[in-house]
Amino acid sequence: MKRTDTNDPDYFHKVVDCQWGCPAHTDVPEYIRLIAQGRFTDAYMVNRESNVFPGILGRVCDRPCEPACRRGRIDEKPVAICRLKRVAADHKEDIESQLPRVPVHKNGKKIALIGAGCASLTVCNDLMPLGYECTVFEKLDRPGGLMRSNIPSFRLPARVLDEEIDYIVGMGVDLRLNTPIDSMKALLDEGFDAVFVGSGAPKGKELDIPGRWEADANVHIGIEWLESVAFKHTQAIGRKVLIIGVGNTAMDCCRTSLRMGADDVKVMARKPRDFFKASDWELEDAEEEQVEIVINRSPKEFVLENGKLKGMVFEVMEYDIENGRIRETRVTGEEFFEADDVILAIGQETAFPWIERDIGIEFNEWDEPVCDHTTYQSTLPGVFFGGDAAFGPENIIWAVEHGHQAAISIHNHCHEKSVADRLPRTMNLGSRKMGMHEWSYSNYFDPAARRKMEHVPLAERFRDLDTEVELGFTAEQTACEVERCLNCDIQTVFTDALCIECDACIDICPTQCLTITENGEEEHVRSRLTARPANADQPMFISDQLKQTGRIMVKDENVCVHCGLCAERCPTAAWDMQKSILGIPYAKDHDVMPGGCRKAG
Amino acid sequence: MSYIAKPKVSWAGQERNSLGLTLADYEGGLSTLCAGCGHDSITAALVKAFWELALKPEQVIKLSGIGCSSKTPAYFLSGSHGFNSVHGRMPSVATGAQAARRDLIAVGISGDGDSLSIGFGQFAHAVRRNLNVLYIIENNGVYGLTKGQFSASADPGSRAKKGAENRNQAIDPVAVAITLGGSFAARSFSGDKTQLVPLIKAGLMHPGCAVIDVVSPCVTFNDHEGSTKSYAWTRQHLHAAVEADYVPPSTEIEVDYAEGENTDVRLHDGSKIRLKKVDPDYDPSNRARALDFLEAHRARAEVVTGLLYIDEELPTFHDIAGTAKQPLTRFEFEDLSPGADALAEFQKGLR
Repeated sequence: MKRTDTNDPDYFHKVVDCQWGCPAHTDVPEYIRLIAQGRFTDAYMVNRESNVFPGILGRVCDRPCEPACRRGRIDEKPVAICRLKRVAADHKEDIESQLPRVPVHKNGKKIALIGAGCASLTVCNDLMPLGYECTVFEKLDRPGGLMRSNIPSFRLPARVLDEEIDYIVGMGVDLRLNTPIDSMKALLDEGFDAVFVGSGAPKGKELDIPGRWEADANVHIGIEWLESVAFKHTQAIGRKVLIIGVGNTAMDCCRTSLRMGADDVKVMARKPRDFFKASDWELEDAEEEQVEIVINRSPKEFVLENGKLKGMVFEVMEYDIENGRIRETRVTGEEFFEADDVILAIGQETAFPWIERDIGIEFNEWDEPVCDHTTYQSTLPGVFFGGDAAFGPENIIWAVEHGHQAAISIHNHCHEKSVADRLPRTMNLGSRKMGMHEWSYSNYFDPAARRKMEHVPLAERFRDLDTEVELGFTAEQTACEVERCLNCDIQTVFTDALCIECDACIDICPTQCLTITENGEEEHVRSRLTARPANADQPMFISDQLKQTGRIMVKDENVCVHCGLCAERCPTAAWDMQKSILGIPYAKDHDVMPGGCRKAG
Repeated sequence: MSYIAKPKVSWAGQERNSLGLTLADYEGGLSTLCAGCGHDSITAALVKAFWELALKPEQVIKLSGIGCSSKTPAYFLSGSHGFNSVHGRMPSVATGAQAARRDLIAVGISGDGDSLSIGFGQFAHAVRRNLNVLYIIENNGVYGLTKGQFSASADPGSRAKKGAENRNQAIDPVAVAITLGGSFAARSFSGDKTQLVPLIKAGLMHPGCAVIDVVSPCVTFNDHEGSTKSYAWTRQHLHAAVEADYVPPSTEIEVDYAEGENTDVRLHDGSKIRLKKVDPDYDPSNRARALDFLEAHRARAEVVTGLLYIDEELPTFHDIAGTAKQPLTRFEFEDLSPGADALAEFQKGLR
């Protein structure tokens, strides 16, 4: 095998599993260390740099970082990364002075953004400090998009949402509420330099089975119903509620129902639990509130009595499952469930009735706009899509990343550069050695288990829709949880020429990550590792030939706990612990020459 | 040394032996030896050998004298018995321990100073009595604990860290052990665990005195140019003669060894020590030829490694002394000390 190219920024980036897993590549270990030092404001700013909405995401992020976390391979449960993000947001001081400054003299470029959700706001966040004039068109009377209309306030309080949106709007964004866009053509004619579409996926899927339209008064589309609750248009629901579907929207619907007067709420799932789309923690929270999740029930028809909804008939399903895949499906019977109201939460999709099909924006066979996966530009130069509007429903953190990337494209577009021009990511390494046995990070492995988030008691939380259920971590919980982070960004960096092959690092490694062995084909090298590799997806570091025997040093990154003992034991400092800092280029880093005016479209 | 103790970490897919124990369960306290010391590698090899043999830590007694080497029993098998004795007197204490507790597996850890200078006489008698002990000499050619003076195993002509040349002749513990009629004499290198671990396993299961001389570079005082016990010099001059491995009794599966290459030495319990000749001319059962071979290679400045001499037929200390089959600690007090009347009765028989 050839020596691993550690100059490739991706190698060490991949070792930081959480940062690699995060669509916006938030520097998780760095902000956790800052929290450990009590530097909440700094931790918040590290977050804000990449994910823009730490307070919001610290409550409702989809957390792709947590299943990726190395700690999950050591003691089952990952570090509570998301909860720690909230700690930083809850305890920060005033950050106004640290926000990017917006120039008084604008650069003359005007951007129109459709929808005041997370994607559009991220674009504004990146472009306002560069002198752009951003105009956001929002059809509702408050900004926030899906974050406000679809996420109930007991999970995401309005004050958190308002605060983080205000940071961006406060930069001087021209926010036009109650201003739906009816015609893309008309908007393009207004002469904007670029248009960004961040209108989300606002159309809930229908369930067109017998009785659906007769029972219309008591059948609700999940996301529309949540929106009308959020804007106080809906104040009540029947006692018995059935939720169809088992994604995260379904979880929000069932828990909201309990707060609107329902006391018998069932979530009806077509498939067994392993196939649920909802995040585990959202399922747990719903079940804690006594929501019953009924599996293997496929909706067949709505049943009415005297013109009013009485319940639903479901087919009882049976599946043959092999290796996590359904091989065969059978219907074994039917079952009736009573219901006063039914909420459909079976998915959502984009809808663009307001974009004329003859203006150069192409749509694919599923009626989704054709846009580039790197630049987010549609087939009409100067028109960009991001968030759920681009490639269908994802989550907030993806929308933020789309926003960052679209902002770079818009910046390039407005200055007559190719939208595809992008700076590469960079990687910087700096030693963390302070003395003989001293490192500037907490290197000891703490065997503590994951801390559990405290919730408001069940009896209290249903009194008010706005009572936030999660209380946040206490100081003690925070102090313990930060030490569970394995500091994966403090990399083990090997200098081949210094190694005397004394085996000291191999002997001291608590997880048997290291091996000195003969070089050969990958499978042979893997077969000779000190510990059998349990995870072939994890990278392996291969050194050059060592000078004494010509063998190679191999490090299996899988369960390295970054304790630094290899570096402490090394008599020649061939191993060193170095902090890797990933450089992510944003719009502000893309140097542009002043260019001419190019209108969108 | 390192500042923090090696943490106990368990992870998905961690290997366990037949007792259900992990490698970490065979480790000991935090090593205070220099970072890169060969002794720490020997410790790791011992941990691996005990783990692979699935011996219970409480079945083992660790014995040592004084020196860097003699600190190492603290760094493995924290669940076993131990005795850190007087300088050079480990064999005496080991003899006593074996006399009282012959059910324990005795592991003596010594160094070139402890066994070849102050304890040379003790070493010699432990070998010729074939004391039931694994006798490991961690050999670095210097007195590391007193800042690097030449020891009795330093080769003539080798140079100290500050340039002084050694003009005394060197004691080769392997040649000495063979000359003294030892039953198991081997040499290895701390930087070669693929050879050392099987050798330790064979030595542990060998009933008599198993001497393993392990070249273990002193990273602080004897790892420079001009040293003949450095990592680099040892690697350049290694000459493996016979590899050895321990084959447990139940294992009857013949692995892919080329025919004629292996010889098995049968132990009493049906297990085997499997010898694999690396040098076809070598015969580890012939004392005269073994010494001849050692001498020839010494003249070429080569470090001969492997199981260099073995004789399973030699009676051990317990056979010769006719010790009780049962450990003395298991006897009732009355049986061990039957009183004045019994003594008088016994003395009558001698008149």
